[in-house]
Amino acid sequence: MSRNDGDGEEDSPKPDDKSTASISSAAHEETTQVNALNGGLEPGNFLHIDHKPRLLLMGLKRSGKSSISNVVFRKMAPHETLFLETTTTIRKEAMHSFMDFQVWDLPGQIDYLDPEFDAESIFGGVGAMIWVLDAIDNYMEPVSRLTETILHLQHSYPDIKYSVFIHKVDSLTEDFRDDTMRDVRQRITDDLYDAGLENPPITYYGTSIYDHSIFEAFSKVMQGLVPQLPTFEALLNTVSASCKFEKAYLFDVYSKVYIASDTTPIDMKAYELCADLIDIIVDMSEVYGWDRGKDQQETDPSKAVASQSAESFVSNIKGYHLYLKEINRSAL
Amino acid sequence: MNNLKKPQKKKVLLMGKSGSGKSSMRSIIFSNYVAKDVRRLGATIDVEHSTVKFLGSLILNLWDCGGQDAFTETYLTSQKSQTFSDVGVLIYVFDVESRSFEGSNPRDLLTYTAVVSALAEYSPSAHVFALVHKMDLVQNVFRDQVIQDRTLAIQEYSGVFGKRLKVYGTTIWDQSLYKAWGDIVKSLVPNLHIIDGYLHDLAKETSAEEIILFERATFLTVTNVTSELGECNPYSDRQERLSNVIKTFKHSLSKYTHSSTASHPFTEIAIKAPRFNLILARLTNNTYVLVILPPGDLEIELSRFNIMAAKDRFVELDIMGWAARDTEKLEGKSNGRIKDGR
Repeated sequence: MSRNDGDGEEDSPKPDDKSTASISSAAHEETTQVNALNGGLEPGNFLHIDHKPRLLLMGLKRSGKSSISNVVFRKMAPHETLFLETTTTIRKEAMHSFMDFQVWDLPGQIDYLDPEFDAESIFGGVGAMIWVLDAIDNYMEPVSRLTETILHLQHSYPDIKYSVFIHKVDSLTEDFRDDTMRDVRQRITDDLYDAGLENPPITYYGTSIYDHSIFEAFSKVMQGLVPQLPTFEALLNTVSASCKFEKAYLFDVYSKVYIASDTTPIDMKAYELCADLIDIIVDMSEVYGWDRGKDQQETDPSKAVASQSAESFVSNIKGYHLYLKEINRSAL
Repeated sequence: MNNLKKPQKKKVLLMGKSGSGKSSMRSIIFSNYVAKDVRRLGATIDVEHSTVKFLGSLILNLWDCGGQDAFTETYLTSQKSQTFSDVGVLIYVFDVESRSFEGSNPRDLLTYTAVVSALAEYSPSAHVFALVHKMDLVQNVFRDQVIQDRTLAIQEYSGVFGKRLKVYGTTIWDQSLYKAWGDIVKSLVPNLHIIDGYLHDLAKETSAEEIILFERATFLTVTNVTSELGECNPYSDRQERLSNVIKTFKHSLSKYTHSSTASHPFTEIAIKAPRFNLILARLTNNTYVLVILPPGDLEIELSRFNIMAAKDRFVELDIMGWAARDTEKLEGKSNGRIKDGR
């Protein structure tokens, strides 16, 4: 249950995996769950003992914030997000991998810069902010709102990392998508520069809920908040090197966000494949993971995949193999 | 092996009102479309003939009949004998949102009656399946009620087929489509009882909880064997769910490998979970087998051997099919000529 156990197990697939050692390549996923709040923190995790790091989803109304959080954290099918109502209260989603993340989905219609607003309750302890920007709408207003927000928060909370999701890019053509992203970036940088803020800590992602880009972008944002990232990367490098894996990922099963990967270049397609494998395993575990009465385990389908160390192997995808091993799971 | 029936060429008629979703479902099941791609499809003009290989040996001669009134008129008059003779299966698609289904002028049902009586005249032994399509447009809580009502109405208008008729609620957005088509195709597979017998043997040898045989290209269920324990599974829709899930995975595999989705995407998927073991392995050229086993490392290795051992018997069935297929091809050619002459 402690963090050290989790890391230790990470090496354990190696001996099991002799049969795959000669394989030209294997993608290796590890699933992770940890109960970080209840004293299960390793010494290295000293940064966030006091509070859960928080991730804010902000943006104008109808930019797609709730759709994103539903697709990523509630496994909603993308086409179903059409029916979502406007968000009126702050919605909180939690992720328990290695550290307790909280993702807050903030309603877009509230002016958070109002001095009467209790800013500390929302922005205190925020690790990162994701600004969702509708790429197919006029983006002048959101850009100016974002720069206002950043400038406003800059003094009180200088540690917040900003990410801009240029969202709904699936409906733009390839060329137009690049132009839009460049233009948005340019405008934000210029505006902030004019206001005296140079090199703001902002990263930009083009996202869509209809493909894996949203998971990819979320992964990157999360990784910026994981203090153990270098350790994970080093461990995964060791595993891949000794097992001749082409690529190894450390996944959070429920959100399909990857917390770390080895340091070889990211292959988006491999990531998508791994995410889809997790999907199929979760689905099958739900169908066949029912309680057969032999044990007293809970029948909650969402826990079916995670009750004991699960593993999966897909062989011979054009000479490639795919291996998944569950590392640890939440005791929640 | 002498009691093997030679596979026949079956004519499958796909009919229904224009825009009801006939071509969409055909594309998803047989042409590896994903649900959101079907909006690229245009209206079907006249009849689109396609031959679909199922299990390698079974040739489905699929007639996707354009549903506009003018076409329907010709099927029922000048082309009546051509259209309705030698039919194995009629699949009639109703649009659940159609405004002309019930009421004083139930045009959908009247057309259906005309089609069914033409079928009764030329192919009285055919199976009839009615699909109430686009169920995703009906709110979840009303779905059962809607299906019940429609079933009664359709049965009333089905004439001699009323008793044998099967009605399904379907949508391309979930597994219900696989449920309906799985049953449709099952009614056409020759030698099903022999395959069944083999599966039973395999189940006994492997102490499996459930074995499902999938067709390779469509991942529709061909047949399945379930043990007593397996029957207790609370998910009764699991077969079609699996079809759906595996097919989605197949799509992403083919995206990764850049190969045609119809080729063999993988040799085996194994999942070891705390409560079960699962093997989905390629059995013959045309089938994948899914075996659910009790948990434990030993079980999974042992049944891997058992599956290997069983392979030969299934391949034998398959090869019979392949041999028969060659003769089918010749027949297919002559048929084509008749079609051109029309």
